Amino acid sequence: MKKILTIFYSFLVILILIDPFIHKHAYFGFDEYPSFYGAYGLVACIILVLAAKYILRPIVMRGEDYYDD
Amino acid sequence: MTNLIPPAGILIFGSLLILLFRGRMRQVYMIALPLLTILYVFSLPEGVYWKVRILEYELIFGRVDRLSLAFSYIFAIITFISSIYSLHVKDNLHLVSAFVYAGAAQGAVFAGDFVTLFIFWEIMAFAAAYIVWSAKTKKAVSAGMRYLMVHIFGGLLLLGGIIIQYHETGSLLFNYVGLKGLSSWLIFLGFGINAAFPVLHAWLPDAYPESTETGTVFLSAFTTKTAVYVLARAFPGTELLIYIGAAMTAFPIFYAVIENNLRRVLSYSLINQVGFMVTGVGIGTQLSLNGTVAHAFCHILYKALLFMSMGAVLYRTGKINATDLGGLYKSMPLTTIFCIVGAASISGVPFTSGFVSKSMIVSAAGEGGMLAIWIALLFASAGVFHHSGIKIPFFAFFSHDSGIRTQEAPKHMLVAMGIAAFLCIGIGVLPGPLYSILPYPVEYEPYTAAHVIDQTQLLAFSALAFTLLMLSGIYPPEIRSVNLDADWFYRKGSALFMRFANNVLAKVEYNIIGQAYEFMVIKPILKIAGFLKLIDTSGVDKTYNNMATGSIRLSDAVRVIQTGRANDYAFVMVIGIILLILIVLIPIVI
Repeated sequence: MKKILTIFYSFLVILILIDPFIHKHAYFGFDEYPSFYGAYGLVACIILVLAAKYILRPIVMRGEDYYDD
Repeated sequence: MTNLIPPAGILIFGSLLILLFRGRMRQVYMIALPLLTILYVFSLPEGVYWKVRILEYELIFGRVDRLSLAFSYIFAIITFISSIYSLHVKDNLHLVSAFVYAGAAQGAVFAGDFVTLFIFWEIMAFAAAYIVWSAKTKKAVSAGMRYLMVHIFGGLLLLGGIIIQYHETGSLLFNYVGLKGLSSWLIFLGFGINAAFPVLHAWLPDAYPESTETGTVFLSAFTTKTAVYVLARAFPGTELLIYIGAAMTAFPIFYAVIENNLRRVLSYSLINQVGFMVTGVGIGTQLSLNGTVAHAFCHILYKALLFMSMGAVLYRTGKINATDLGGLYKSMPLTTIFCIVGAASISGVPFTSGFVSKSMIVSAAGEGGMLAIWIALLFASAGVFHHSGIKIPFFAFFSHDSGIRTQEAPKHMLVAMGIAAFLCIGIGVLPGPLYSILPYPVEYEPYTAAHVIDQTQLLAFSALAFTLLMLSGIYPPEIRSVNLDADWFYRKGSALFMRFANNVLAKVEYNIIGQAYEFMVIKPILKIAGFLKLIDTSGVDKTYNNMATGSIRLSDAVRVIQTGRANDYAFVMVIGIILLILIVLIPIVI
């Protein structure tokens, strides 16, 4: 398990390192910053999970037999 | 001529012959019929065929152009794959309904006029409801009933729109409609229910996870994609669709994160993926419409693959909740691999099909300068990886070991999953053939260094988020639960209405109307009864007895249709009101 994680983290580092050398076509300008996509993916997913856990779940979660059909 | 009958006819009439065959012969037939359909649709030349004149209407069963052909191809292919996957099914009617459903989808795609479209639309609704019922569990029966109610309602909206439009234009031809008046809005909403627009979507995660392991594979392919096709036909470039589509990509992923039933997780991600297609229709450029068709094509394959892998897990273990599963890679290594291929494809990992199709739509949003939409689609791309790409394979096959030891999926299921997985990777590596069947010429190059690295980063760092949240224990634990969705309004909302009816209306009724009734009706009747009692001496009693027995028998028979469920009554009431409105409307508009 530890080995897999090490490989995974090294892969992320490589992605960050090679990113600045690749020519990008930006649609909006900010999306050509180095590693914009990586940063966005990380932040988006953390927000997704936190929102689902702390906002959505308290609102919508009910017991398994809530609908008695 | 080879094209004597529409492809829908092959599957719908051909399905009935399944009933005649047994054992090995039936399996051969189940492979031959969809294979014939594939050969047939791939040989169809463009043009307009199969016109049937009924009174003054002309029904067109075959408007064959590049848009309808692309959908027909993938529908035929997925019918073939799903059919192989279903070879173990013993329930003949389940198979017949699945083929009728697939055939009706072919019919809807080639329909050149609204009447033909509506006929196939309704056949699909009924066949799909039967597929849900085929699981024969209590939950499946009521979910299938709700499915049918929602789709009958959608069908009525569509029918109302068609009738009004016919009155306005005098034409039944099914072409570009565009949002411009009551009739077009009714048609739009009728399509929208099948496309699972937000708030109108709840039938999908409600019903799909309740069908059998094979039924859900069929269901995942046709209803929503037929809706995408008709939207692309009738409402391309409708700006509203951009926002609807973007909302569809975003909201289901929150549900998918907290949902425990893995087939329900896949149902939510299905809505998310259809959202990309709807956005593509809304943008309406050649690039985005190509993207919509390409994404529908790829999506049908990998979504079916994912549902097949979860179906195999359900088939072998009888379990589908994340809380009950885990560690299955030891018993089902091939299913695990196929599931990962499907998960990679839906996430858009480079060299899988999702990468070459989804990116066309995202690029179209970027090129159009739609910042908010582009941000939303990117969020949805990261999010879908998070729940379909990681959560599904992780909780089913890895995670904590559930201790379940079972067998690998049956051979025919592995073959079906293998074909789908092969196509997912094949399209990803060589997108050329897919691009060549799209409606417009393709000038899109998915494999640029920038695109590959951007997408890889997006996915890899989403995976990092998952890893960190898991390791830190913040990731929400799977909990056995029901998560409320828009179906609450007709599952519980109607019950609340009935409670209101019981407590408030009933009291008013009892106190005011009831007393008046007692004074004006019951008292006179009692008086008459007293008089009749005088007459009722010997001899008459026997006749009464017989009548009473008869009426008890009758009420027993009637009781069967009285389910006693508030939802059912409320639904019948709603549909009755709509029917009434239509009955009033139709003579006015025609």
